[in-house]
Amino acid sequence: MANNEAWGSRVGLILAMAGNAVGLGNFLRFPVQAIQNGGGAFIIPYLVCFLLMGLPLLFVEWSSGRFGGSKGHHSTPFIFDSMDKRKFWKYVGVFGIFTNVAVAAYYCYLESWTLSYVWHSIVGTFDGKTQVEVATYFGDYVSLQDGAGAFSWSPIFFWVICLLLNTWILSKGLSGGVEKAAKIGMPLLLIFGAFLAYKAITIKAGVEGAKFDGVVGLNFLWSPDFSSIWQPKVWLAAAGQVFFTLSLGMGSIQCYASYIRKKDDIALNAMSAGWMNEFVEVVLGSAILIPIAVGYLGIEQVVEMTKSGGLGLGFMTMPFLFEQWGTVMSVVAGLFWFGLLFFAGITSSLAMGTPVMGFLQDEYGWKRKPAAWAFGGIVLLLGLPTVLFFNQGVFDEYDYWAGTVSLVVFALLEIILFAWVFGMDKGWREITNGSDIKVPLFFRFAIKWITPIMLGVLFLASMLLPESDWGTSFSALFSGEGWSFSPDSIIGKIMNKGINAEIANAATSEIADQLRDKKFYINISRLGLLLLWSGIAYLVYHAYKKRIKEGRFTS
Amino acid sequence: MSTGALAMMLITEISITVITGYFFYKVLTTKKHEEPDSFTDNDDKT
Repeated sequence: MANNEAWGSRVGLILAMAGNAVGLGNFLRFPVQAIQNGGGAFIIPYLVCFLLMGLPLLFVEWSSGRFGGSKGHHSTPFIFDSMDKRKFWKYVGVFGIFTNVAVAAYYCYLESWTLSYVWHSIVGTFDGKTQVEVATYFGDYVSLQDGAGAFSWSPIFFWVICLLLNTWILSKGLSGGVEKAAKIGMPLLLIFGAFLAYKAITIKAGVEGAKFDGVVGLNFLWSPDFSSIWQPKVWLAAAGQVFFTLSLGMGSIQCYASYIRKKDDIALNAMSAGWMNEFVEVVLGSAILIPIAVGYLGIEQVVEMTKSGGLGLGFMTMPFLFEQWGTVMSVVAGLFWFGLLFFAGITSSLAMGTPVMGFLQDEYGWKRKPAAWAFGGIVLLLGLPTVLFFNQGVFDEYDYWAGTVSLVVFALLEIILFAWVFGMDKGWREITNGSDIKVPLFFRFAIKWITPIMLGVLFLASMLLPESDWGTSFSALFSGEGWSFSPDSIIGKIMNKGINAEIANAATSEIADQLRDKKFYINISRLGLLLLWSGIAYLVYHAYKKRIKEGRFTS
Repeated sequence: MSTGALAMMLITEISITVITGYFFYKVLTTKKHEEPDSFTDNDDKT
């Protein structure tokens, strides 16, 4: 067997796991979710979901990974296969490879923006630019255009550099590559974050062009609107945030944990990595973006800008705001902000490479380097449409199906497998075996009952999300008016409700034609993702047959 | 900052920082498991 990877140290493993969880969303998504869902009060549903869904799923993923690893499996298809006699579980495990490949395909592009913006901050690209010019620069960048409207190779160059860097680190192995990157990246991320948080909080109105004190933004973000915690949408947002921030339902945690020996701890490791992610998200993530943006732009403009998420604010506005801090400090702040996002991104994208490599090494006896380059090649091919057709919605489509829906489906099925098929007696033994802490018995109950129900509700709510609020929608349903799906619901997406409405309401026939083109790209992306899933499922089937032929143990 | 916002922020951030610090401290101070363990860095020390 070619797979003889191992972790170098326990701290390295925890930093790699925390790095896997800490991503761009910690700094760009969390603060925006908080201000849109009750400010300071958002933390209540958020922490409840962390305790009832986040931590139980972390225990499940760490322990099933270690269990599968003890049988020589390092990717979810055969980890799941080893947990039950029924053969279909390995096809559920396909999600644990599919999601990583498909998410890496667009995530590495996003990661390359941060690398590129580090460079542009250093060379002074944003010097003297107005807020509109900085925003336009980003629009041109993702449209692969320079300022004059000509084709620009720069985004593709940085994307390829980013892919090469990921592949090279992966080819160095778990302890020599991934762990080293985490040991460098995570401390730097914390230092950069602490510096920026200090700068943000100490912004003074009237100094360096600021309109308000930095604490005005903090006050805005943390002011609790307790009435919000009775709204279902706030709980859905909190559950979604917890889910995505911990990188649950991806298959990468299981892969990392599969390299831990059976007698070694997973409970304390899982707690450490999970809480470290919370520290970065809640303590640092809340203290940078919103305080700086509100300090310079005011609350109303920030509320308006965050309606489309935190990406715009992070890339289209922050470079302009840093320019107000003077020549030297603008370079330092740009380097630290985009450097922080880059480290957050790369420690996550590296985790996406390991399940694919584990599968190729376990099933086909590939060596580490060819497996890493195969991953890089696949991501290059799959990522190309997200780069070339970003404005046609391909990037968003990958993000929705692979980076959102697939995670919830996978997590729901894996917790059913763990708690109800593998069984909680065996499952609890797996969690507590070798544990360096006493795991509260409450988690046994939560894993069996609360977490699956929460995941089921999250999935159903995402599928059936109504156009208006839930109360009004149920009243309409019971009075015989039917159910109107939101364009953002899974069913609404499948029906292309959003883009069809845009086409119907287009002001000119030219715009309608452009939207029809966009719809074509969206449908092609979905087909591509479906083919990718099917292709991986076929490989798993082939590997299974190969195992049978070679007389190798499956379950 | 308003009292409500300040209280919410301090309670949350202090709690999360203390819990994170506690678990990381436990990791650093817990007695290492007997070899062979999962980690290669300490292999030459036994």
